[in-house]
Formats: sequence, structure tokens, C-alpha cells
Amino acid sequence: MDFLNAIVLLLNYLFVPALSYGSQLALGAIFVSLIYGILRFAYFTAGDLMSFGTMFTILFTWYFQSLGINLGVLPTALLAIPFGVVITILYVLVKDKLVFSYYRTQKSPPVMLAMVSIGTMFVTQAIVRIVIGPFDRRFFDGEKFILKANEFKEMTGLNEGLTIKSTQVITLLVTIIVVSILFWFLNKTKTGKSMRAYSDNEDLALLSGIDPKKVVMITWIIAAILATIGGALYGLDKSFKPFTYFNNMLPIFAAAIVGGIGNPFGAFLGGYVIAFSEIFITYAYRKFFVYILPESLEPDGLLQLLSTDYKFAVSFSILVIVLLFRPSGIFKGKVL
Amino acid sequence: MRKNLDVISAYAIMLGLIILVGFLQSWNMALSILCFCLISAVMTMGANIQWGYAGLINFGIMGYTALGGLAAVLVSVPPVKEAWQVGGFNMILCAFLIVLMVFSIRFIIKKYNKSAKKNYGIAAVIIVGLILLRLISAPAIESIEAVNPATTGFLGGMGLPILFSWIVGAFFAGALAYIIGKIALGLRADYLAIATLLISEIVIAVIKHEDWLSRGVKNVIGLKRPVPYEIDLQSKEWFINLVEKFNQGTLNLITNTLERQQLLKQLVIESSTVFVKLCFVGLFTAVVIILLIITQKALYSPWGRMMRAIRDNEEAANAMGKNVVKQHLLIFVLGSAIVGIAGAMMVTYDGLFTPGSYRPMRYTFLIWVMVIVGGSGNNFGAILGGFAVWFLWIEAAPIALFLINFFTSGLEETNAFRVHLINSIPYFRYLMMGIGLLLIMRYRPRGILPEKIKHI
Repeated sequence: MDFLNAIVLLLNYLFVPALSYGSQLALGAIFVSLIYGILRFAYFTAGDLMSFGTMFTILFTWYFQSLGINLGVLPTALLAIPFGVVITILYVLVKDKLVFSYYRTQKSPPVMLAMVSIGTMFVTQAIVRIVIGPFDRRFFDGEKFILKANEFKEMTGLNEGLTIKSTQVITLLVTIIVVSILFWFLNKTKTGKSMRAYSDNEDLALLSGIDPKKVVMITWIIAAILATIGGALYGLDKSFKPFTYFNNMLPIFAAAIVGGIGNPFGAFLGGYVIAFSEIFITYAYRKFFVYILPESLEPDGLLQLLSTDYKFAVSFSILVIVLLFRPSGIFKGKVL
Repeated sequence: MRKNLDVISAYAIMLGLIILVGFLQSWNMALSILCFCLISAVMTMGANIQWGYAGLINFGIMGYTALGGLAAVLVSVPPVKEAWQVGGFNMILCAFLIVLMVFSIRFIIKKYNKSAKKNYGIAAVIIVGLILLRLISAPAIESIEAVNPATTGFLGGMGLPILFSWIVGAFFAGALAYIIGKIALGLRADYLAIATLLISEIVIAVIKHEDWLSRGVKNVIGLKRPVPYEIDLQSKEWFINLVEKFNQGTLNLITNTLERQQLLKQLVIESSTVFVKLCFVGLFTAVVIILLIITQKALYSPWGRMMRAIRDNEEAANAMGKNVVKQHLLIFVLGSAIVGIAGAMMVTYDGLFTPGSYRPMRYTFLIWVMVIVGGSGNNFGAILGGFAVWFLWIEAAPIALFLINFFTSGLEETNAFRVHLINSIPYFRYLMMGIGLLLIMRYRPRGILPEKIKHI
């Protein structure tokens, strides 16, 4: 019984939260990785693009709520996401036309493009803060829990409860659907294959008649879709605050590099690597050991490897270690 | 003279703008803008050495700034004797342990060839070391933080004059840069950018949460100033006389002695803040000029030529027998040390150290905007960038307010759209920075004052 309790404890506090956080990071990491592979620069606007998409999702959610439209037990935001995606796609395409395309035709070095993306980061951040403000916002509605701790306790008779929030399940389901469509697209369709070819070897791809404009456009569209969905899921699960989204850029970059930048599948796994290590290393294991060890050996400290203050530091340290020993990332595989 | 015309006119415009602020808003405001302009100028010089001379991207400026600030605290705050008594021994033991760990890792690296055994050895040293550190430091930290937590709760500093911290800050930042450089300098440009950005976040996390060292988010306030305090000045005979002399004209207009006395009192209070700021401006200008002379000399020395050669073609420079790795490390350390000086200067000026306020937007990306806008590779350009961008950063709000009022003058005062825009004025500075950066990168990619290379 104690053993089961210990497992439920870990599931409740570590596994389930890490899985949903990891999915949100993974969606971001995939698009950062894609942009790095195809457009060949580090896209510093990543976090702010997510907050841009989320902002429009929230605005549409409010609009639908004011019209009285809702999805019953599901959050209204799910209905608003497609609209947010459309606007974000328009935004990135306009941005590409006005800003990035010039440097592409000039064949500027990647560093230059990264600097330009810092400029767009400032602009995007300003737009988000001017339109919706810098405050913390929750836009979740519908049924909050799928499984409540008390219900679980009654059901199983265990001491430890297992809580599953509906946002966690939604996050996981949406991520699985989106990511499988994406990988199907990249691996099976002609456009997806041409994107991979372009990423592998630009000159060769151009020689074989691939239209670079189309490849770039599709990349931006995918990036906008993933950014909006990832951002909206994160906002549903936690809350929407522009500053947090900007900060999320850092673990997203860590995930993309750990997974091998330019390799979307690696980035996908990298998201989970970062999320799990952040949560596993900063968890206080005292209760867990109380359950599994005999009473005489009961620990007296918190048994925490690192305090939760260092959550970010964990993922960055992993990144540094990976950069040192395997600069190409854990999951090398083929590029893109 | 002719060829420096652009530099001179750019600086004249900049100074004119600051003086304009003095007339339109207040001299106090103008001088505080000038102080921060000078601090920003030091930071941009540091970043410019790395980016402009050597082409190294350092997105860790925030970390070095914070370390400089930490140096100001550790140098100037008097030591907390009680805390040293309860936990000092253990902390010193920990410091020894860290040194021991570093040396044993070095020993292992030298002794064994590349093999699994070597990696396991290093891992074992690190893990055992960390566990020991944790065991030794945990009780000490707890008791240190328990010492009078409302005012101290940390080990304190050395109680020296705060001006020393400008040098100590440089050493701190340089030491950190040495470690980071050893780890990350081999990486490609954009990897280096991301790695340094993340490492600076780790530095901030440590400063924020190690309360025994820096009081963390509880902040350290009331740091000693290198210049006189306003309150002391106001009672000094010579200062009052000075103010009287300066304002002879206005004072003579008033015949009533009582009113005259009152006006004088008010003038003394006002000029005391201006005087303090002027002292700071003097100190900071001295630092900027010294650094400018050194960096300018370095840029046109054989060493500067070598750095440019390395920047423009690493392989060719390597083939000519220049040690690229070593030079990169050197310049990385030098540039970061300069940023460390700026960090210490800033804390000295503010008189307080707030680890919670270090954010990458303000301390990393804004500095980069300054370098790019001003002109990378040109010290005068970098300083001008620091001035111009900081000026815009502060004055963005009034400018935005003016523009909003101008464009929405057709709408009513209570119009929801107009009110919303006016409420979000603080965020227009981001918009201006972003658009400014994009425009400069598009139409003047080498900055306002581009790099000039003397051809022989």
C-alpha cells in the first residue's frame, strides 16, 4: 500500500505536471528548431510570438464569451485558437515581408538575422503590452478537473490523491495531434520533403527546382500555428503574462539545443527532457521516502536536490553540459 | 578636423538634447539622464570590445552587470560580525572545498587520457564535492540568515570605500567571463549568444536566492556614497555661499529679508541634489574618458589590428600564427570586466542593490541595441549609441504622450481607445526601440558612426 502511495505521489506532483509543461515547451522548441533549420538563425522572438498568439486567442475568447458561445465542459479558448492562429500567421508573414526577406536576399550572416529578430522581439512585446497590458490574466473556463484528489482517494482508498486537471489532458491530446500531423507533413508530403531538402542543403534544393519562397512561407506558417497553440495551452494551464512568456524563450531554446537544433523530433523530446529534469531535480522527496523506507530510516531533511528557485538554472545547466560534450544535441539523427 | 565632423556634430546634438531636457523638464532630470547615459556608455564600450573588435556575441551582459553590483555590496557594506561568528568558518571551509575540487578535476584531466575512466572520475569528484558542500554549508547558511534577518541576515562586506568596488567589480566580471569563455567560446556565433544568455540567467538566479551572500530579493539599501549627501551639503557654510553667489541676480530682486531667506533655503535644497549629481557626472566622465583613451589606443595598436584580422578571417589569422582561442578568451574577459565596472558604477549611483531588477530586456538586449545603433567597432559610436538609446528610453514616454495626443486629438478626452493608449504609454518605449533598431539595421547597418579603418 505504501508503495502504491509513493507512486501516486510521484505521479501527482512530478509526472503529470512535467508531462504537460514538457508538451508546451516541446511545441515551442519545434518551431524554434524549424526556423533554425530552414531560415538559419536563432529566432529570439519565440517567446513573444507565443504571447502574441495567446493574446489574440484571449481576445477572441472574450468575444465569444460576450456572445454567449461556449463549449460546455471544454474551455472556450479551444474555439478561439484557430482565429488566433490566423492572425498570428498574418503577422509573421507581414513581418517576414517587411523585415526578414530583405536580409535573406542580401544573404546576411545568421548573426545579423538574430539581431533583427531582437528588433522584432521589442516590437512584438510592445504590441502585446499596448493591446492587452502586462498583467496576469486567466482565461480558462469550463470544467477544471477531470479527476479530483478526494474522488481518487475514495475510489482507491489510498492516502495520496491524484489530481488531473482538464487543461493537462487537453494539452497532451492537442500536442499529440499537432505533432503527429506535423511529422506526417514533414515526412510524407511533397512540400514537407522539399522543406527537409532545403534544410539539408540549400543549394542542392534550389538546383532541383524547389521554390525557396514557398518553403520559407510554409515554415513561418507552421511556426505561427505551433506558437499560438503552445502559448494558448500554456496560458490555459497556468496563466497569461507577457513577461513569463518572454522568459519561457530560455527553456525553449534550451530544449531546442538539447534536442539538436534543426531537428524537430529532437526538439520535441528535448522539451520533455528539460521539463522533467526541472521538476525532478527541484522536487522535495521527503514524503516519497517516508512511504517507501521503513520507519526507522525516516529522513529528516526535505531531500531536495536543489531549491525550486533554481528551476531555470537546472535546464540551463543541462544545456551547458550538452553544449560541452555533445554540441550537436542528444538526438542527432538526420537534420530536420 | 574635417574627417571627425560627423563625430563632433553627433555629440553636439546629443549634448544639446540633454541641455534641452534641463530647460524643459528639470536640471535634476537632465543630470540623472546624463549619469545613466555615461554608465550605459561604459557598458556599450565593453560590449563593443567583444563584438566590434573581435566579433564575439555576448548576451550575458546582465550577468556581469549584476556581478559588478554584487562587488559594490561586498566591498562597501561593513562586515556583519555576528554572522561571521556563526557561519563564517563553514563558509570559508566551503570556499576551500571548491578550490580543492577545481584542482582535483584539473589533476584528473591532466593525468588521464580521454577515456570513460576520466569522465567517471570527474563526475565522482563533482558529486562528492557537491554533497560535502551541501552538508557543510546548509547549517551555516541557516544560522547566517537567522542573524537579524530584517536588516542583515548576510555576511556583509569589507567596509571599504565603495570606489574600490569599481575595480573589484571588474575582477569579478572578468573571472566569470574567464570561466564562461573556457566553456563556451568554442561554440558557433548563435550558440554562444544563447549559452551566454542562459548562463547570465544562472548568475542572476544565484545572486537572487543566495541570501547569505547578497541578501537576495530582500535588497541591500543605503550603500555609502563616494560623494557628499544632500542633507550634509544643505548645512555647509561654503555650499550656501556658493548657491548665493550663483543666484545673486534673482536674490537681489527680493528686498524682504525673510522671503529672501526662504528662497535661498529652497535654492540650497534644489542645488544640493544638482550638485550631488554633478559630482557623479564628474566621476563617471573620468571613467569613460580613461576607458576611451585605453580602448582607442588598443584599437589602433598592433594588437587591435590583430583582433580585426581575427574577426574578419579567423582561419587566415590562425595561419599567420595568431593564437585565436587565446585572443578570443582575452578579449572576452576584458570586455566583460568593463561591463563589471559599469555594474558597480550603477549600484554606486543608486545606493542600493536590487537583484530582482536585473532583467535581460533592460541589461542585455537594450545594451545590444545601443551597440548596433551607435556603430560597432567604433568606440565613439558605441558611446554615442549608449547616450542616444538611453535618452530615447527615458524620453520615450513624453514623446509617446505627445504623439498620442496629437493623433487622437479628434477623439474625446474620455474616449476608451484614447484612454487605453494613454494608459499603455510606458510600453511605447519598446516599440520605439524595436523600430529604431530595425530601421538602423536596414538602412545604416554599420550604425550611426560606422567603423573607420585607417589604411596604411
